[in-house]
Amino acid sequence: MYATTIRGTRYAFQDLKSLMAKAAPLRSGDCLAGIAAASAAERVAAQMALADLPLSTFLNEPLIPYEEDEVTRLIIDSHDAEAFAPIASLTVGGLRDWLLSDSATSATLTALAPGLTPEMAAAVSKISRNQDLIAIAAKCRVVTRFRDTIGLPGCLSSRIQPNHPTDDPKGILASAIDGLLLGAGDAVIGINPALDSPQRCYDLLRLIDDLRAKLDIPTQSCVLAHVTTTLRLIKQGAPVDLVFQSIGGTEGANRSFGIDLALLREAHAAALSLRRGTIGDNVMYFETGQGSALSANAHHGCDQQTLEARAYAVARAFKPLLVNTVVGFIGPEYLFDGKQIIRAGLEDHFCGKLLGLPMGCDACYTNHAEADQDDMDVLLTLLGVAGVAYVMGVPGADDIMLNYQSTSYHDVLAVRQTLNLSPAPEFAEWLKAMGLMNDRGLVRPEALPAPFAPLLTKA
Amino acid sequence: MAATPAEIDRQWASLRAATHARIGLPRAGSAIATQANLAFQLAHAEARDAVNDALDALALVDGLQSRGLRTVPLHSAARDRRAYLLRPDLGRRLDDASHDRLASLSSDYDIVFVIADGLSARATSHALPLLDEALPLLHRDAWKIGPICVAEQGRVAIGDEIGQLLAAKLVVVLIGERPGLSSPDSLGAYLTFAPRIGRTDAERNCLSNIRPAGMPYSQAAQRLAFLCTEARRRKLTGIELKDETPRAQYDHSLPETCRLPPRSE
Repeated sequence: MYATTIRGTRYAFQDLKSLMAKAAPLRSGDCLAGIAAASAAERVAAQMALADLPLSTFLNEPLIPYEEDEVTRLIIDSHDAEAFAPIASLTVGGLRDWLLSDSATSATLTALAPGLTPEMAAAVSKISRNQDLIAIAAKCRVVTRFRDTIGLPGCLSSRIQPNHPTDDPKGILASAIDGLLLGAGDAVIGINPALDSPQRCYDLLRLIDDLRAKLDIPTQSCVLAHVTTTLRLIKQGAPVDLVFQSIGGTEGANRSFGIDLALLREAHAAALSLRRGTIGDNVMYFETGQGSALSANAHHGCDQQTLEARAYAVARAFKPLLVNTVVGFIGPEYLFDGKQIIRAGLEDHFCGKLLGLPMGCDACYTNHAEADQDDMDVLLTLLGVAGVAYVMGVPGADDIMLNYQSTSYHDVLAVRQTLNLSPAPEFAEWLKAMGLMNDRGLVRPEALPAPFAPLLTKA
Repeated sequence: MAATPAEIDRQWASLRAATHARIGLPRAGSAIATQANLAFQLAHAEARDAVNDALDALALVDGLQSRGLRTVPLHSAARDRRAYLLRPDLGRRLDDASHDRLASLSSDYDIVFVIADGLSARATSHALPLLDEALPLLHRDAWKIGPICVAEQGRVAIGDEIGQLLAAKLVVVLIGERPGLSSPDSLGAYLTFAPRIGRTDAERNCLSNIRPAGMPYSQAAQRLAFLCTEARRRKLTGIELKDETPRAQYDHSLPETCRLPPRSE
């Protein structure tokens, strides 16, 4: 039982997960689950009680029992007590103040990450304003490598997402080339297949790998198929750079995705065995999103943001190259409008970075959410300021296969220009060599690069 | 200014034809030039309007009755659009008055059709022309067809309660799908054998993108009739029932990615 009294009114919270849920900034998914604060005052009361909570509570009182959930076991068993030691005596509120202080530098935050649990990160986020989420995340540095370097200071990478409703190779190639001409693709060229069949995914992998090889692009390719499909492709000798999988923050949510930790370990080992990375061996790519556990009815009464942070514990066990929240994809019953989507995007980026992940974001929305491209502009700009590792590049921001809106290749260029950010250094060199990037670092091609010409005519 | 140089632009032609994606857009500095930007804004505005449109249930009922079809107007437990968006569970159930109305009707049918607004009321304009093509195919095989139910603020699963109350062997929900930027009026057809409350999406079959610019009425009707016949013969719908009509291989329907929640749910 947790409680706080404000001017004579006593607010009681029956357990830790209830305290966390009621302290969460308003969002429709927690209301749908019936666990949100009943009033604005109760929410702040919960935040006050949470701020006074010793961090060590989270080590002694798992929100989801250790015996029932392998994600809890992963969190507890992999907790680094030595890294935790410098903040072991702090409360949640004390941790927020410390993170904002000048003692929290890029180096100390990197050292701290293995000592933080997802629940600690989630708790701090709940008592932080957007400004705090940005300022603290901007101090975190997480650098990963495969064929280029993701997450360096002053860099903003992007994924080319060249989806097509029938996986038409020519259509996909067209969207990918469009992205390259607009300076995108240094995080990954990643296709969501419309059909998760091994043959289809093999063909798409070959398509993108050929493109990469022909143009000698320092980036990696990925077909975002189910991990079992990718495992099969690896065994068949397909050119798999990265293993993709959607993941959640509970064992049940992961089961709904058709995975468990053992399967991810098997896939991780298989991808490492291919040794395709030239400058690093970060071979995993994960996507997450608030609300997935509730939609799988596997949320154990926990709020969606805490469970999202727990998904990052799953991710960090596999040293991924890329992790991104797909923040507005799930729909208005989980994140109702632009305000909720923006807040969630900043929380997810903050928690991921704090826990040591190369955090990216698919800033996006569906047409039944109260959101529009202006909201994505706000989120994208804030994430750029917060040091997001990468964002999405979708042709004209309109994904014609998944039927939602994200950020465009142009949006990435605009944010890079406004905030003076560069692509990954290896990729920037390639852009310059191709004549796609000028001396001022702007992508302003004056002619089609010669190596592209055969692609356009033959395709 | 417009920033794709003419030389690049010319060579784009063959590739641009291969996709509806917004590629090769003219630029203004780093941004998308005005015309293309406003084209996007218009597409989004149409999708938003489609989500917020109210279903003109009276007009739909008139259209059905003028064809001599029995109809029953119904409403889900979601009282308005906001409740519908925030509480998917309410859109899957009838309100009390609708429940009582259905319970008082005679029952026991081979098939019951439900027309629901879902996420695009304007998509229901495709329901009548689809039924015009599909019902003769079913009559040919002597199906006992129940009254056509028109459900406001309904989700796919509202068909489970309706089918259960009318003791239907098969329910077909014709419902407005989540609007895409270039498709504000896609109609979906969801088939559920032995409908009852609590059926899951894995127990349904779906035809998606029914509209003149997507899957035309006659093709949709043929495939619907095929699925209905197979469902009746095999006494099931869902992942074990595949659409094996010749056109099925060209289907643009529900992508099976792990990232995609069902479009109308």
